[in-house]
Amino acid sequence: MSTGTSTETDRGADFAAPRADELAALLLAKDRPARPGALSASLTFGWRAMLKIKHVPEQLFDVTAFPIMMVLMYTYLFGGALAGSVSAYIQFLLPGILVMSVVMITMYTGVSVNTDIEKGVFDRFRTLPIWRPAPMVGYLLGDVVRYLIASAVMLSVGLLIGYRPGGGVVGVLLGVALLLVFSFAFSWIWTMFGLLLRSEKSVMGVSMMVIFPLTFLSNVFVDPRTMPGWLQAFVNNSPVTHLATAVRELMAGEWPAADIAWSLGWSVLFVVVFGAVTMRLYNRK
Amino acid sequence: MAGTNGVAVETEGLVKAFGANRAVDGVDLRVPAGTVYGLLGPNGAGKTTAVKLLATLLRPDAGHARVFGHDVVAEADTVRGRVSLTGQYASVDEDLTGTENLVLLARLLGHGRPAARDRSAQLLDAFGLTDAADRQVKNYSGGMRRRIDIAASILNTPDLLFLDEPTTGLDPRSRNQVWDIVRAVVDQGTTVLLTTQYLDEADQLASRIAVIDRGKVIAEGTKGELKASVGSGSVHVRLRDAEQRAEAGRVLTTALNAAVQLDPDPVALTATVNGHGTDLGAAEQAARALAELARAGITVDNFALGQPSLDEVFLALTDRKGPAA
Repeated sequence: MSTGTSTETDRGADFAAPRADELAALLLAKDRPARPGALSASLTFGWRAMLKIKHVPEQLFDVTAFPIMMVLMYTYLFGGALAGSVSAYIQFLLPGILVMSVVMITMYTGVSVNTDIEKGVFDRFRTLPIWRPAPMVGYLLGDVVRYLIASAVMLSVGLLIGYRPGGGVVGVLLGVALLLVFSFAFSWIWTMFGLLLRSEKSVMGVSMMVIFPLTFLSNVFVDPRTMPGWLQAFVNNSPVTHLATAVRELMAGEWPAADIAWSLGWSVLFVVVFGAVTMRLYNRK
Repeated sequence: MAGTNGVAVETEGLVKAFGANRAVDGVDLRVPAGTVYGLLGPNGAGKTTAVKLLATLLRPDAGHARVFGHDVVAEADTVRGRVSLTGQYASVDEDLTGTENLVLLARLLGHGRPAARDRSAQLLDAFGLTDAADRQVKNYSGGMRRRIDIAASILNTPDLLFLDEPTTGLDPRSRNQVWDIVRAVVDQGTTVLLTTQYLDEADQLASRIAVIDRGKVIAEGTKGELKASVGSGSVHVRLRDAEQRAEAGRVLTTALNAAVQLDPDPVALTATVNGHGTDLGAAEQAARALAELARAGITVDNFALGQPSLDEVFLALTDRKGPAA
């Protein structure tokens, strides 16, 4: 029965009854295609993340408006005091604030994992005969796209207000690429918390506790040489400091081999440790 | 096709505890392949936990479970390839459209993009959801959600389909539609393990039923066996005078050699006809009891002999009050 125009009301579509005969014919097809590979399954979950952005574009707020705010706020707040002028400070600040903002944005991964678990769809994914980490890798692949958007937005704003990277296009792209690799790896901390904690609120709370000290206690805003010795010890060994230095120098046209190596080393460590804990929680949930 | 001597699910001493709560407490089940098997019990009885154990979502604390002969822990991946789960709440992504959900899952099952689109479109059509295909699932009615959910479970025809309370919260028409779908699925050879708290649902669909309460199976058998275990029938009597009810209860207890329940209605009482100590059939026994009541001078307004309903079975087996069916 197809009364009503159906697109507006539930009732219209509800009137269409299922057809058992058609269903029976469909059920006869018992052949099953070969299982998708790890990459294919992960990319399919990444596609799901893209579809969610399409349906809920508001979720791009944190990778557009938030980064713009970060750049403008810190540049004009600290620029005059710390470096004498805004245009002098932004050469130092922009790569750092880019690192800080993107690393901060990673924490939304934990929130989306956590809200998904609350819904039944997670149970379905877990009963599929696919590569086990695929749903998690899919989240992170979707998030890499978000980080890319945030990076593009911040670099555009930076260029508008006077940032002139010495490394040119290649240097900037290398810097962004390193940042994306690090953020992908770092996000496994959040998938772990997303699976571990009971509510979205507690995920947010714990994320803030981790992310604020980690990003602020770094060389993003100022050179650590004026800090007390104990703080320098922390700041100079923080993964965010290594990453910020590496990105800053890559964009300036240099090749900071040691800091790149440190950043990649931390990335491997994050994936190995938190990836393993995440998958253990995922399988045990 | 089903394999392993026609047994779809076999469990031995299955236990799953959450802290001090033993949600599944030593469950032995044997589900024949190609049938609808009902797990019947009130809320919190452990039905969902049992299904999650069998669908590899939870690991048992003790005991074993095999699905088509494959251990759910050691061979979880093989089991996942043969089962589908429709959870208690819609196990599809509410932010995506009907089509997107099905295509996503079809891709994850290994279908190429064109095949995934075709199969999704065919299923949406068969489930009467074509008009809603491009709408987000969160805008679907309860019945439509259930249908898209079951459609998602049969993208690849599973050998075993878990349906966890598939009609909870549905209106009668949507419920009947889900029942028709379940019948169509089982007709094509898929085994269905159905959990429900509705006795008429188990009665309608399932060929065997396990009644589960507080994590334990308290009765198991065909519908007929379960009913027979409570008695071959029950006699409902309404008296003209409430003052005669106590006397009527004594007469019926003696005549039928069975327990008599006093109904909430002050003039009504119900007795089980269980055939203990007599060769007579239920009807003869009931007739005899009626004659005894007349001889004792008790006026009977209304009298009925019925098969015990699953409600009565359920209430007789569990000592707490079951949910209204």
